[in-house]
Amino acid sequence: MEISILSITLKTLLQVLQAFLVLAVAPLLTGWVRMVKARMLGRTAPSLFQPWRDIFRLLRKETIVAPSASRLFTMAPTIIFVTTWIAASLVPTVMVKLPLAPVADIIALIGLLGLSRFFLVLAGLDIGTSFGGLGASREAFISSLAEPAMMLVIFALATLAGSTDLPTIATYMAGSGGMRLSLLFAFIAFLMVAVAENARIPVDNPTTHLELTMVHEAMILEYSGHHLALIELAAALKLLLYIGLAACLFLPWGMALPGQAFPYGFAAWGAKLLLGGAALAALETGRAKMRVFRVPEFLGGALLLAFIGLLLAGV
Amino acid sequence: MNGFENDMAHTLSGVMLLMSFLLLYQRRIPGLIHAFAIQAALLGIAVSWQAVMQGEPHLFITALIVLLFKAAFIPIALLKLIQRLSVPQAVEPVMAIGRTMLFGIILCGLSLAVMQSSPQASALIVNEKLAMALAIVLLGFLIMIARQNAVAQVIGFMSIENGLVLAAVEAKGMPLIVEISVAFSVLVALAVFGLFMFHIKDRFDTLDTASLENVRGEELP
Amino acid sequence: MHLFAILFLVFLLATISVAALVPKWQRAIAPFSLATSATVFFWMIAFLIKDAAPQEISFPLGIPSIGMHFGLDGLSAFFLMILGLSGTVVSIYALSYFPHEKEPGRILPFFPAFIGAMMLVPLARDAFTFLLAWEAMSILSWALVMAHHKEHGTQHAGYVYLLMASFGTFCLIGAFALLTAASGGLSFSAMQGAKLSFGTASAVLVLALAGAGSKAGIVPLHVWLPLAHPAAPSPVSALMSGVMTKVAIYGFLRIAFGLLGASIWQWGALVLVIGAITAVLGVLQAMLQNDLKKLLAYSTVENVGLIFVGIGLSMTFHASGMEMAATLAMTAALLHAFNHSLFKSLLFLGAGRVLAATGTRDLDKLGGLMRGMPLTAWTFLIGAMAISALPPLNGFVSEWLLLQSLLMGPALPQALMKILLPITIVSVALAAALAAATFIKAFGITFLGRARSPEAAAAKEFKSPETTAMFLLAGLCILIGIIPQAVLSLISPAVSHMTGATIQHFAVSNLLFLVPKAAGSVSYSGIILLLLLGLGGVAAFALLRILASNKTRISPIWDCGTPDNDTLAQYTAGSFAQPIRRGIAAPLFDVREMVDMPPPSDMGTAHFHLHMQDLIWNRMYAPISPFILGLADRLNKMQHRPTRHYLMFMFTTLIILLAGIVLWK
Repeated sequence: MEISILSITLKTLLQVLQAFLVLAVAPLLTGWVRMVKARMLGRTAPSLFQPWRDIFRLLRKETIVAPSASRLFTMAPTIIFVTTWIAASLVPTVMVKLPLAPVADIIALIGLLGLSRFFLVLAGLDIGTSFGGLGASREAFISSLAEPAMMLVIFALATLAGSTDLPTIATYMAGSGGMRLSLLFAFIAFLMVAVAENARIPVDNPTTHLELTMVHEAMILEYSGHHLALIELAAALKLLLYIGLAACLFLPWGMALPGQAFPYGFAAWGAKLLLGGAALAALETGRAKMRVFRVPEFLGGALLLAFIGLLLAGV
Repeated sequence: MNGFENDMAHTLSGVMLLMSFLLLYQRRIPGLIHAFAIQAALLGIAVSWQAVMQGEPHLFITALIVLLFKAAFIPIALLKLIQRLSVPQAVEPVMAIGRTMLFGIILCGLSLAVMQSSPQASALIVNEKLAMALAIVLLGFLIMIARQNAVAQVIGFMSIENGLVLAAVEAKGMPLIVEISVAFSVLVALAVFGLFMFHIKDRFDTLDTASLENVRGEELP
Repeated sequence: MHLFAILFLVFLLATISVAALVPKWQRAIAPFSLATSATVFFWMIAFLIKDAAPQEISFPLGIPSIGMHFGLDGLSAFFLMILGLSGTVVSIYALSYFPHEKEPGRILPFFPAFIGAMMLVPLARDAFTFLLAWEAMSILSWALVMAHHKEHGTQHAGYVYLLMASFGTFCLIGAFALLTAASGGLSFSAMQGAKLSFGTASAVLVLALAGAGSKAGIVPLHVWLPLAHPAAPSPVSALMSGVMTKVAIYGFLRIAFGLLGASIWQWGALVLVIGAITAVLGVLQAMLQNDLKKLLAYSTVENVGLIFVGIGLSMTFHASGMEMAATLAMTAALLHAFNHSLFKSLLFLGAGRVLAATGTRDLDKLGGLMRGMPLTAWTFLIGAMAISALPPLNGFVSEWLLLQSLLMGPALPQALMKILLPITIVSVALAAALAAATFIKAFGITFLGRARSPEAAAAKEFKSPETTAMFLLAGLCILIGIIPQAVLSLISPAVSHMTGATIQHFAVSNLLFLVPKAAGSVSYSGIILLLLLGLGGVAAFALLRILASNKTRISPIWDCGTPDNDTLAQYTAGSFAQPIRRGIAAPLFDVREMVDMPPPSDMGTAHFHLHMQDLIWNRMYAPISPFILGLADRLNKMQHRPTRHYLMFMFTTLIILLAGIVLWK
């Protein structure tokens, strides 16, 4: 009895640690991407901690709310932040089997992100500005293309691993090891979806406020103060989640399997995040943003690749 | 005994069929009505015979209805009607008599063939009688088509009903209630036809239904 | 005597309409149908929990010597439970709806009778009784659709509905005729044992799919649904979309599984494909609507498609001997049917409140209703989240189960399924994503933003039984989302009836986790997820209190420095849908956009023309009426003949038929 209470406490502690670990690291990852990007463009890079500084600055500031805002507008940032945070802390990072893994499989994880996006888009519509509507409608459009592609990637993986359970997939991938063609296709499709979902170049540009190019930024135009801080934090968490998911699903090497010690896993996770962030920065530097109506072609490509991946996976 | 009883029933329906041909052959209205009365009387006898054969007393009621209404009341009423209307007593055939008879024979053949191919082909005798009943029905139909005279059409209609009753009686087990309601519907039909004839006569001085075609609504281009 | 008592109740419900003739008694109708529906609901729950033995009963009514057969088993009880629940909630809503209805006299007599007729369908156990109840359901719902017959479009909707309902019944009669011919009996128990050839059985299946499917709204037989459901008074829309489509699904299941045994995998593939097409086209159409109730009706088409995907998958698994997978897929389908009856009723009731408060269903005249109608807004939001398959609500659970059962598809041996499965997965995922976009639009344009018309700005609401009904439904959406196991145990008797496997295969070993064992080591727990979200919320709140400034200021809209005070400058329903219209829907609906810009220096207005057509209507249905008119023109020559000629037609037909018999044998 005592042992089980101890193990439950330990598990809870682990899960709480994981949650605060991802929360702490997420803005640093965003900072890292910005840093690499600046270096590539030959600019002086901001500090790695700049995103955290920005968030604290926003938290201290006064929050401004438009008169036409409803309760949903003020509640949405918290909901967006919490759902993204919970989703991010359910993705295995250092070790394969998190205590709360049975709560949500990868489909539920995508569902949680959908929940966060649902409120983000609604918040974009809430004030009743044309920019908010523009961002909202484009976000709805992009996500409705990205989600089927994501689902196909999941199915390609699940067909191989026999389950949509994250630890099962990770264990399978770490075990079987070998490179498969179906996985390669699925991986590329996953990266394309991840780029679109995180509002990154070439689908969207996170650093602009130019009306023709923005999607994500247009939705949160009216937010300020601690609302904006929460949304920025959520965006950083989402980026971390996707890079973490890529690491967990496709490159699970180095993660601590059940029973293994995890300091080694720590190093592997850190290395993967650094690599992923740098790759993203390279992509963003090398490519220009595409027109909104080219996005279906981009995501259609992802869909096609995932489809081929699924066929090759032996459906 | 069974053989004799069956032969008797067979003969009765055969004679009824013969009366149908007679109906087709008749050129004068009173003759038509008389022939019909005879057919109805034969039907009444055939039904009574079946009542004896099958040991079903309720069929006597059917026979009584047939004899009372079809063999007596309806023909008398029709004759009275003709007299009151005082129209020419000839039936104008649309189709030549000879051709009608030939066609009638083909219909008899068809009904025999239909009954032979019906599922209960094993009960040969019943099937033959049913074939005759069906032939009577078809011939009644033929009378309605081949004769333009309103009275002839009424007779044709009634003779269809004769065929139906014959079939129903022979098939065994038709509930009395159905028979009674059919009898009443025939009476209603007679009333309607009678009214109808009055009106045609009133307007056109003839019982030729072809004259009705002039009073229809405007023809579409 | 379970069954007898239920039949008595249902008949009472079906005949209570007489009371509506006496004005004094009209007030009693909604309470009465509330009480009856609630009784049926609890009764069925008890029946399902006990997993009671099937019962049959027959009365010497209807066709002589055959009689009317009634019965109750798991499948019937499950659908009766759905009917009872929705009937109860909609009756609660009706308590305060009828008093402000314009023409209660046109609704009241048919309202309880409609619920009663729907309840009779699952109870029927022979073809005659089934068709009688089915037709009663169709005609009564038609009468309800025509309640506001003076409104624009209602008569057209009623006409199309009547035609499609006749077509559906015609197909069902054909299916039953084939079954009767093969089995020699009208009762379902006789039909069950019939030996059918592949051709006959397939014909029965296709006819059943067309007949029941046209009532459920499968593409391309769905055209009446988005016309008729919105035209009806809102509580009736809720019933039609929420439960009448479920009765249709019951009809299909009864024939496909109960009478045919669903033994051929090609049938499953057919149903699967039709379901996937229905889901995608339905939700795309929903996205493009500007009418709130029409949007909801098209979304019903989508959800029916998803349910049929589950059914088709289950049929394929069943025919391939994979009973556990078949059970999983059927459970997903039935759970989704139940869930859909909850959130679609909720959404239609909400739309009814909006319609009553503002007098319009046009999204472009709404907006900002969250301010004046917060209760409706929050409950509608829950319904919108549930139908968008978002965790931790009930829509997600059924969608998750459906995806899990799709995941078992690779084990199927058929080569065709290897291609159909990925396509189905894409369709289901696309439908789910588009559904979320659609309901963001429905909720966002209606309740958020600034009011687009004075009516919307002035809209107010009061607490009434209507809000109670909506809170009840919203509460159920959450409850079933977090503990779906409760409903799964109710579904179990219905599913085991069809696939032979039972709920044991789901291992509901604890109340926390949903573990479809059939699908491997995967699990989901809505309740823990909700708990986590709650804890996360508390943590976020605490952190904000410690770290953040709580100063808040109300200040004019910023909008990148160019705020426009005109509320018409907001995004509208049409502009919100524009990217999807251009990017996804364009080839399917022949979308063309034209902008007439005045030349520079001309101060005239620019014009925007949107051309869009429903290709299914234009290609499939529109040519029918010229064809029939042409045929009628030609047949016109047959009219205006002497009586003798008509006799001749009849006679010739008779002779040909008789000759046919002779030649056939």
